[in-house]
Amino acid sequence: MSDFLRSYLTVGIFGLAGVALVAVFLGLGRILRPSNPTVQKLTSYESGVDPTGDMWSQANIRYYVFALLFVMFDVEAVFIFPWAMRLEVYELFGLVEMAIFIYILLLGLLYAWRKGMLRWV
Amino acid sequence: MSSALFAELAYWQQTGIRVGVGLAAVLLVAGALVYMHLFKAVSFMQSRLGPMEAGPYGSLQLLAEVGKHLQKEDIFPRKADRFVFGAAPFVVLASTFLLVVVVPAGPDLWFVDSELGIYLGMAVSSVSVLGILMAGWGSSNKYSLLGGLRATGQLIAYELPLILAVIGVVIQAGTMNMADIVYAQANGEIFGLGIVGNPYILTQGVAFIIFLIAMQAELAQAPFDMPVAESELVTGYMTEYSGMRFLLFFIGEFATAGVFAALASVLFLGGWYVPGIDPSANIMNVLGPLVMLVKIVGLTFVVFWTRFTMPRFREDQLQRLAWKFLIPIALANIVVTGILKVTF
Repeated sequence: MSDFLRSYLTVGIFGLAGVALVAVFLGLGRILRPSNPTVQKLTSYESGVDPTGDMWSQANIRYYVFALLFVMFDVEAVFIFPWAMRLEVYELFGLVEMAIFIYILLLGLLYAWRKGMLRWV
Repeated sequence: MSSALFAELAYWQQTGIRVGVGLAAVLLVAGALVYMHLFKAVSFMQSRLGPMEAGPYGSLQLLAEVGKHLQKEDIFPRKADRFVFGAAPFVVLASTFLLVVVVPAGPDLWFVDSELGIYLGMAVSSVSVLGILMAGWGSSNKYSLLGGLRATGQLIAYELPLILAVIGVVIQAGTMNMADIVYAQANGEIFGLGIVGNPYILTQGVAFIIFLIAMQAELAQAPFDMPVAESELVTGYMTEYSGMRFLLFFIGEFATAGVFAALASVLFLGGWYVPGIDPSANIMNVLGPLVMLVKIVGLTFVVFWTRFTMPRFREDQLQRLAWKFLIPIALANIVVTGILKVTF
């Protein structure tokens, strides 16, 4: 296996170590903790009164709009990183290219801004 | 960069050592931060002593807390989605350990010496959003759902200034490898003066401030603590969690605070470099972690100092700050840095 792929294997192992840590803590707790569920304990918490209605209710549409905007800028960041690394090689050509790229994306943000998407009402 | 220290060890042995050290480092730093900042520094700010009973000056309070939570009953609400509810803490903790792999603490003390470095770190840092949304959705509780959505909206909004601030550093260093960023700062010069190197806090000060603000929001510390607001949402996505599972979210929060502070100190404060000592010298394998620890403690102190000083934002103010101020400023910072890099 190449060093490049091995470093990703190490990243995966670290993720598994985090999962294992949680498993160890919860497993240790399983030996020590009591288990005595009652109906009252298992009801959803609503500040002491009996819960009403469906818990998976509707949410503000704003969250969805911001998620869309996020995708736009996150993809942009993916493209800027390699450019930022090689700027010394590209020099003025790269600078102008990226200025155009950022300008187009900024237009997107300005459009959303003008449309009132960035206002939380 | 091959390490003399590990030259004779097979890959599996090396990785075993690195994982062991990584687990210990993350947990010890998180514990130290909770004791020093959350228990003691904050208590002194509020004219009280904080924990004093367990051990000298309450230093064993943390172990007492873990012991207490281990003995508490593990309650799954009847209506909850059992799998999603149970899996959420695993995802949150795993994301912390995925993030720590990119942090180096000395010339040979790295977990993964990847050319992608900080890029990888920024990519995996979003995994915790998934865990928090899982917790909010799986609990089947109105407070939790609202808290989970608020957290998601906040984390993705502040992810962007965070990433865009890092790009300024990448432009200056010309690399995404974390160790090479440290060397670039150590060998850097400002107007021909190279006595202290060029820690990017000096030339990327704007990016540093944006990074700190975004970090505060990513960690959901006040003034950005709407997702876990006690008075509005009863700790938001953690409402239904009890005992050890609740504590695991807590551990994840402070471990991530330590890891983000480590990232900030590598990117902006020169990592393990101190002026006067060659950062690739062997001695830095011993001194490096200590230097890093000092920088991490300093940065997290700022985080907790802000947390206990500022009042909470409103939800609309939060999104406005991210989209209308931080992101445009971060984009301008990229362009200006690019122009300066090409002209000089």
